[in-house]
Amino acid sequence: MSTMPPSLEPDPGLDREPSREPVLKLDGTATVGDLVLRVALEVLPGELVAVVGPNGAGKTTLLRLLAGLVRLNDGRLDLGRRTVDDGSDRGFVPAHSRRIGWVPQDRLLFDHLTVAANVGFSPHSTPDRVDSLLTGLHLQDLADRRPNECSGGQAQRVAVARALATDPDLLLLDEPSTALDAGSRRRIHALLGNRDQRPATLLVTHDPAEAADLADRVLELTAGQIAGTPPL
Amino acid sequence: MTRPPNAPRSVLVVAALAMAFLALPVLALLQRAPWSGLVDLLRRREVVQALGVSLLVSLTAAGIVLVLGTPMAWVLARVAVPFRRLVRTLVVLPMVLPPVVGGTALLFALGRRGLVGQWLERWFDVTLPFTTAGAVVAATFVALPFYVITVEGALRTSGEDLEQVAATLGADPLTVLRRITVPRLIPAMGAGLALAWARALGEFGATITFAGNLPGRTRTLPLATFQALESDPEAAVALSLVLLAVSLAVLLPTRHRWLPTR
Repeated sequence: MSTMPPSLEPDPGLDREPSREPVLKLDGTATVGDLVLRVALEVLPGELVAVVGPNGAGKTTLLRLLAGLVRLNDGRLDLGRRTVDDGSDRGFVPAHSRRIGWVPQDRLLFDHLTVAANVGFSPHSTPDRVDSLLTGLHLQDLADRRPNECSGGQAQRVAVARALATDPDLLLLDEPSTALDAGSRRRIHALLGNRDQRPATLLVTHDPAEAADLADRVLELTAGQIAGTPPL
Repeated sequence: MTRPPNAPRSVLVVAALAMAFLALPVLALLQRAPWSGLVDLLRRREVVQALGVSLLVSLTAAGIVLVLGTPMAWVLARVAVPFRRLVRTLVVLPMVLPPVVGGTALLFALGRRGLVGQWLERWFDVTLPFTTAGAVVAATFVALPFYVITVEGALRTSGEDLEQVAATLGADPLTVLRRITVPRLIPAMGAGLALAWARALGEFGATITFAGNLPGRTRTLPLATFQALESDPEAAVALSLVLLAVSLAVLLPTRHRWLPTR
C-alpha cells in the first residue's frame, strides 16, 4: 500500500501513462518443500504473460504465491499499488484481501452451489457482471444446475467466469485449456483475447500453440527460476 | 443368490455362522417380546420415566457434543496442533476405554472431592455425581469421540482447496466457514451426531458409576432394562425393543456412510 496520502500521490496523467504502471511487481524468494522459487517479474495492465516449463518447475507455486496461498521468505510483492507481501507477518495481505481471480488446475467448483451461485460467490461480484459473464461464456442455460451436472468444458468455463466475476486486478489461470473441447477452448480464448477488456493475466500452460495464440510474452520457468523468454 | 464360482464352501459356512451369531440375539429378543401386552408395558410409570430421562440426557449430551465437537474436529483437521497424535489418541480414548473406567475417572475428576469437582462445589455450588447433569456428563464423555472422528474425517477428505479458492474470491475466514466449510460438512455432522446420540442413549457403565441409578433422575433406559431383568423380564424385553428400534432408526438413514451400497 502506498505510504503517501492520496492528495500527495503524483498525478498519473502528468508524468506517466496510468495504464503502464505495472499491476504486478514481484522480486523475491519463496520455499515450498524442496522447491525454491526465485522470481523477478512485472506485468502491465491488460498484459497476458504465459508461463511455461517442465512439471515441478514451480509454475503452480508461482500462481499460489501471487494469490496469497504461499508466502515470500524475502523480497517484495506489489499488486495494484500496494505491497501485499514483504516476507514479514505484518506485511502479508491474506488471499481474501487481495483482488485476484484464480482458476486452479482442477477447477475446484463449489458442488453444493448452483453454477450461478458459483459465478456470483465473490462479494466483489455484481448481478450485472455475473449475467454478462454467464452470457459471454455461454453458461446462461446452466445457471441453475450444479457443477457436477456440467461437462468438463462447461465446468472450466464456470471456473473462469467465477474468477472474472471478482473484477480482479490480476487473473491467474493454471492450465485452463487442458482436455477441453474445441468449443469451450474457443470461448475462453475469445474472452481472454481482448487485451482492452481483460485484466493482467498469468497463464500457466503446456501448450505452445495456446501461448502463441494468447500471450504478449512467454516466461520459461525451470527449477523455480525464470530461465528465459522463449520467442512466441 | 447364486454361489460365486470363487467362493469356497468352507468360507461360506463360517460366514453364515458369523451372521447367525449376530442375528440370533435380536431374533431371541423378538421371539420373547410380549407383543400382546407391549403397549401396556411401555405405558408403565417406570418405563415412561426411564424413557424421559434417557431422552433428556441423550439429547442434551448430543447438543453439547455438537457445540464442543465441531470446533475440536476442525482444529484437529486443520490446525498444526503440537503433539497432534497424542491429542487425537486422547480424543478417541473414551471409545476404547471400558465405560466403567470412564465413570471412575469422571468421579476422580468431577466428583465432590475430585480434581476439578471440589472447586465446582466450593465456588459455584455445582455437584455433578448422582444428578441428571452428571448422567449428561457421562453420556457426553463416551459419545463425543464418535462425533469428532466422523466430522474430522470428513474435513480431511474435503481438503482445504475449496476454502482457499473461496478466500481468493474475497471471502473472509468466517464467510468461508459459513458458506463453504459448514454446508459441505452437514451430512457428516448429521451422521456423527446420530452416532453420538445413539451411543449416549445406550450408555450404561459410565452413567451407573458416575451418576448412579436413581429413578426419575439418572435411571436411563439401559439402567432400567438391567434393573427390570432381575424382577420383571417382560418389561426388560419391552425396554430392549425400544432401544433396538432407536438403534435401527439411527442406522438405516445413515448406513450409506459406513456400509457399502451393495
